[in-house]
Amino acid sequence: MMATLSQEQRKRLHPHKFMLWIGMASIVMMFAGFTSAYIVKRNQSNWLEFGLPSYFWYSTGVILLSSVTIQMALVAFKARNMARYRNLITLTAGLGLLFAVLQWLGFFSLERNGVKLIGTNSNPAGSFLGVITGVHMLHVIGGVVVLLVMFFRAYSSRQKSYSSVPIEIATTYWHFVDAIWIYLFIFFNWVSV
Amino acid sequence: MSNEEMLQAQTSTGQVVEVPHHDHHGEHHHHETFITKYVFSQDHKMIAKQFLVTGMIWAILGGLMSVLFRLQLAYPDATFPWLETLLGKWAKGGHLSAEAYYALVTTHGTVLVFFVLTAGLSGTFANFLIPLQIGARDMASPFLNMLSYWFFFTAGVVMLSSLFVETGPFSGGWTAYPPLSALGSASPGSKTGMDLWLISMALFVVSSLLGGLNYIATILNMRTKGMSMTRLPLTIWALFFTAILGVLSFPVLLSGFILLIFDRNFGTSFYLSDIYVNGVGALPNEGGSAILYQHLFWFLGHPEVYIIILPAMGIVSEVMSTNARKPIFGYMAMIGSLFAIAVLAFLVWAHHMFVSGLNPFLGSFFVLLTLLIAVPSAIKVFNWLTTLWRGNIRFTPGMLFSIGFVSMFISGGLTGIFLGNSALDIYLHDTYFIVAHFHIVMGVAGMFGMYAGIYHWFPKMFGRYLNNTLAYLHFWITFTGAYLIFWPMHYEGLAGMPRRYYDFSNWESFKMFGGVNIFISVVAMIVFAAQIMFLINFFYSVFKGKKVTSQNPWGSNTLEWTTPILPGHGNWVGEIPEVHRWAYDYGKDGKDFISQTTPVGAEESSH
Repeated sequence: MMATLSQEQRKRLHPHKFMLWIGMASIVMMFAGFTSAYIVKRNQSNWLEFGLPSYFWYSTGVILLSSVTIQMALVAFKARNMARYRNLITLTAGLGLLFAVLQWLGFFSLERNGVKLIGTNSNPAGSFLGVITGVHMLHVIGGVVVLLVMFFRAYSSRQKSYSSVPIEIATTYWHFVDAIWIYLFIFFNWVSV
Repeated sequence: MSNEEMLQAQTSTGQVVEVPHHDHHGEHHHHETFITKYVFSQDHKMIAKQFLVTGMIWAILGGLMSVLFRLQLAYPDATFPWLETLLGKWAKGGHLSAEAYYALVTTHGTVLVFFVLTAGLSGTFANFLIPLQIGARDMASPFLNMLSYWFFFTAGVVMLSSLFVETGPFSGGWTAYPPLSALGSASPGSKTGMDLWLISMALFVVSSLLGGLNYIATILNMRTKGMSMTRLPLTIWALFFTAILGVLSFPVLLSGFILLIFDRNFGTSFYLSDIYVNGVGALPNEGGSAILYQHLFWFLGHPEVYIIILPAMGIVSEVMSTNARKPIFGYMAMIGSLFAIAVLAFLVWAHHMFVSGLNPFLGSFFVLLTLLIAVPSAIKVFNWLTTLWRGNIRFTPGMLFSIGFVSMFISGGLTGIFLGNSALDIYLHDTYFIVAHFHIVMGVAGMFGMYAGIYHWFPKMFGRYLNNTLAYLHFWITFTGAYLIFWPMHYEGLAGMPRRYYDFSNWESFKMFGGVNIFISVVAMIVFAAQIMFLINFFYSVFKGKKVTSQNPWGSNTLEWTTPILPGHGNWVGEIPEVHRWAYDYGKDGKDFISQTTPVGAEESSH
């Protein structure tokens, strides 16, 4: 309802953007919970040491690139260059999916090298990696779904929206899941060793 | 003396708030059908009522469960044929089975903590009061708000369905510690019942997060003109900190649950190591740690008890100041102590784990931090008592429950100091002493805050009054009953009587408590009946209660009483009023009360 925004409130941060920031704080707490559990468990007995698969390096590159493309999409939207905007969010969503695929390939390569993520005789070290990256991957796929919704909205002739708030929110979220992955990548590679 | 008569004198001395009628912007600008108005409503007031009624249904179910297992504790040898009619195979021959007893205890705990005192309490009052008291037409996102309710509703449906599966609901305690919760082979309740428990709780976490996001964004973003943070009523401050606690701690619980789901279903060993199950044999799981779950659980679990008590504290502060006709004592100290409690909430979780093999050196830090909570708690108690001191007290039912809350909070808080010491906890842990402690300080006090809120804001919710005679009966039975139930448990606990036991009659050392157990159970049934009486009063009054005729029946300063008696979606007809002062100008400069919308006069004394 439009009436919720009075003149006074327009000067402040848009409520939906604000909610995104609180939501991101909430997601940060979830990963903080996971990674602190990881640290607690690693310091106990029976911990398997192994290196990260090379696929994770590629996926890191892909998600960094996707942050660039979504930022370009935002710029294109603000410049009302809708064709370029649609192309760029499609590309971003594609890179998001590619990221997920590369993570899966990383899981398989770990399994091939004898690091079981789930199932009998799996070590918590591998399971932690699988669950934490898996949950992160779900957050990326959630972002892809959002981009798909925006993609179809951009083609819909029924409603034309010129508000940049939705794409701004999607962009912030996308950078956020990117940052979470960078944190996890650094954590798994160096901090946790 | 009826509410209206009792308050007539005071209301007439206060000024009538001008309601401009020239502009109907913001109200009834969209057509409502039955579905959009009562079912999938996006109006925060309707969502609040949905939370309240759902919470009530769960309170009755959860309360009834406690009556059933109290029956077992009082009369372990007796048989009740009607029990078999009610529970079937769970009470063969009219005697509650051990599995059923544990399932009832577990579900009672889960339901009361999460569905009643979290969703029922902060869900109801955050939704109802935040937009009304800060001067907003609705929440930041009414749609997410609606989703929050329906996630809660679905969580309830899943939990309810777990009562009817063949292997029964989960029976390993509301904390769901592994391995009992992680291994389906560990007990009948750990099978389908636990799966449903986890699904239900995951849905509940989503509901809490969606609600919490909305509450914080609304409070920080949508306040009306002039409503600075330090002019907010304490209810809003309390609900604000509650929402922050929820948003920061529920995700950690969710991560604990995700690991538990993998242990249950995908053969991982986060929490499992070196386990032998009778009838199954040794399990292959190696390298897990059950203590890890306890850390993740209590990192939520401890903030959770403040998620329960903070809204009650806020409601009590507001109701008490209004009905003592005095400003709340130490407004800033009240906010400061809420903040201190919210911060400490995250730093004390390991006091639930003193006997889990926690490093005693580490434990001593948690003892210190735990005992520190006594400081902000004592500040709050002091401020409530000084608000009452020489007040012009109106003993409305809401006020009685507020005073009752303070009484419960003191009694239960004192035993918290016993339990916060790791040395004493070795003895008191898992005895009836802890049962008495948390029921008084969190359970009963939380319920009292909720009742205070319901009695105080019922006229605003439904435009009618509750019956006062029944309300006073309800208060006195509940108040005396709560002490009669839980006070003796302290003695049982000090004598070493462990909690969660199915039958004490086999132990020579606890036989002397047989009479006390019967006494507690009988009082519990009487108190339960009094709650049924309250519900009858509630639902009768919703439809048939005496109608509210004045806009501001309690002579209150806050903004919700400047709306029409039954506000539509949008709350205010015309412009949202501007705020010029804090919410607690009672008895100032010879005036009984000065609404927040009244501009500060030139010759007015400052506060």
